[in-house]
Amino acid sequence: MTSLRPRQVLLGLAGLALFSMVLFMVWNAKGAWDFVLPFRGRKLWGLLLCAWAIAVSTVLFQTVTGNRILTPAIMGFDALYQMVQTLFVFAFGGFAYLTLPAELRFLGNAVVMVGLSTLLFRWLFGRHGGSLHLLVLVGIVFGVLLRSLAGLMQRLINPNDFVVLQDAMFASFGAIAPTLLLISTIVLGLASLVILPLLPQLDVLLLGRTPAIGLGVNHKRTVSLVLGVVAVMVSVSTALVGPVLFFGLLAANLAYLIMPTHRHAAVLPAAALLAVIGLVAGQAVLEHGFGFDTALSIIIEFAGGLVFLILLLRGGNR
Amino acid sequence: MIRIAGLRKSYGSTLIVDDVSLTLPAGGITAIIGPNGAGKSTLLGMISRLLPMDAGTVTVDGLDVTRTPSDVLAKRLAVLRQDNHIAARLTVRDLVAFGRYPHAKGRPTIADENKINEAIAFLDLGALEHRFLDELSGGQRQRAFVAMVLAQDTDYVLLDEPLNNLDLKHAARMMQLLRRAARELGKTIVIVLHDINFASVYADHIVCMQAGRVAHQGQPETIITPEVLSLVYQLPVRVELIDGQRISIYYQEDRTP
Repeated sequence: MTSLRPRQVLLGLAGLALFSMVLFMVWNAKGAWDFVLPFRGRKLWGLLLCAWAIAVSTVLFQTVTGNRILTPAIMGFDALYQMVQTLFVFAFGGFAYLTLPAELRFLGNAVVMVGLSTLLFRWLFGRHGGSLHLLVLVGIVFGVLLRSLAGLMQRLINPNDFVVLQDAMFASFGAIAPTLLLISTIVLGLASLVILPLLPQLDVLLLGRTPAIGLGVNHKRTVSLVLGVVAVMVSVSTALVGPVLFFGLLAANLAYLIMPTHRHAAVLPAAALLAVIGLVAGQAVLEHGFGFDTALSIIIEFAGGLVFLILLLRGGNR
Repeated sequence: MIRIAGLRKSYGSTLIVDDVSLTLPAGGITAIIGPNGAGKSTLLGMISRLLPMDAGTVTVDGLDVTRTPSDVLAKRLAVLRQDNHIAARLTVRDLVAFGRYPHAKGRPTIADENKINEAIAFLDLGALEHRFLDELSGGQRQRAFVAMVLAQDTDYVLLDEPLNNLDLKHAARMMQLLRRAARELGKTIVIVLHDINFASVYADHIVCMQAGRVAHQGQPETIITPEVLSLVYQLPVRVELIDGQRISIYYQEDRTP
């Protein structure tokens, strides 16, 4: 019985995810199918990529840091994104930002973010013997620093540029250019392939550093590899749609809650499916049910933020 | 056999383990005793490659612990330290099953399941096996962790104060169990103990540490003496022979004027 239940839950989630995808594709579809399907399909593909990247990166991050409250956002990832955008608008102006080809902007963002985060990990692991708490603490301080710097520059630029920038700061799940989708798919696929053989080690990492070493896991190597993958995934998803990091918390904690097992082979797909359901069904309902477009990220962040507060309060009681 | 040569470790300017050279015989129970801060846990951590050493070498059956791949060592040597905090919600059985990871690598066979069942039965955890760890008392959780280490089924088992949180019954049982594992299965057990009477009654060999060095080592009869213990613990200790067991008594007030 215990071996069957995770599979049943996963099947149920997959069914729901499939249903939300179909809903997203056909609801309110007026006009020619050969226009609607590719158009919505592209949007859907972007949402799927984001759901996968956000859910998987959050679960991986929480496993290697041994906590279930922190997310990559705590490492200052969203602040880094804002900083990079602000710096660009500050240096070249809002017009240049808008006219820059989307592919170039995406690649630039992704490369800068992966580069900076890898640098940060390398520096911390090399010098401080891999204390994750220190790493996270530095992430918080680093985030505040970047946010303040970005805030300063935002006050210095002219109002037109600021409007352009503000638009880029909120996640938008609108149509994404096909070349971007292709690049992101390849990058995320490769990153996921790196994780696949590590699944049993990840389960052992749940026990914490000392027991994991005692059981023969090469802790330092595995953790650096996993954090590298997290950096890649968060960077890709942020560069695609902007910062949505509380959403990962929501998907990951729901997955822990409903999955009757701790094994990553089951928890990772569950978190990803939950993320797909949330993003795709949410977007469909908002676009066609209520007829407005861009507020999904705000609603998701609101729900995710509430979950974060609840977890924090419950954790404090224990 | 565990050979330790010139082992040294300091945190900042404080020397924790100071040039320890020691040979721990294969088979039997070796107890490491000594006052707080003597470097017992640090020594155990370095032997089990959980802590890096500043100088010196440790070999287990000829394998240098810093050079041997961690997964090879995990089939020879199991270790349990204090303060095990787990973020995930695991059942007792999940935890014990992790002990088979070095052998099964995430794909447990029937033989692995049998080892898990044995370890659970050994530590009297049958009724608790599907309970979550965060629903257990400290002592029950401690037993679950020891069961995990036993499920690892290694020749060497290193335990850092496994009697913490255990009541009298389970503490005595745990020591009897460890002695059985040593006698019947030929395992080598190295254990850090605070209760010197448990060391006296159950250990075959005692290492007594003080201020980062090995102050004394040998058979219990040579270590559990008023002279050695009073000096090491800085406290008057009486040793009485009760039913052939050397029992230390140190509860009385210091009567020196």
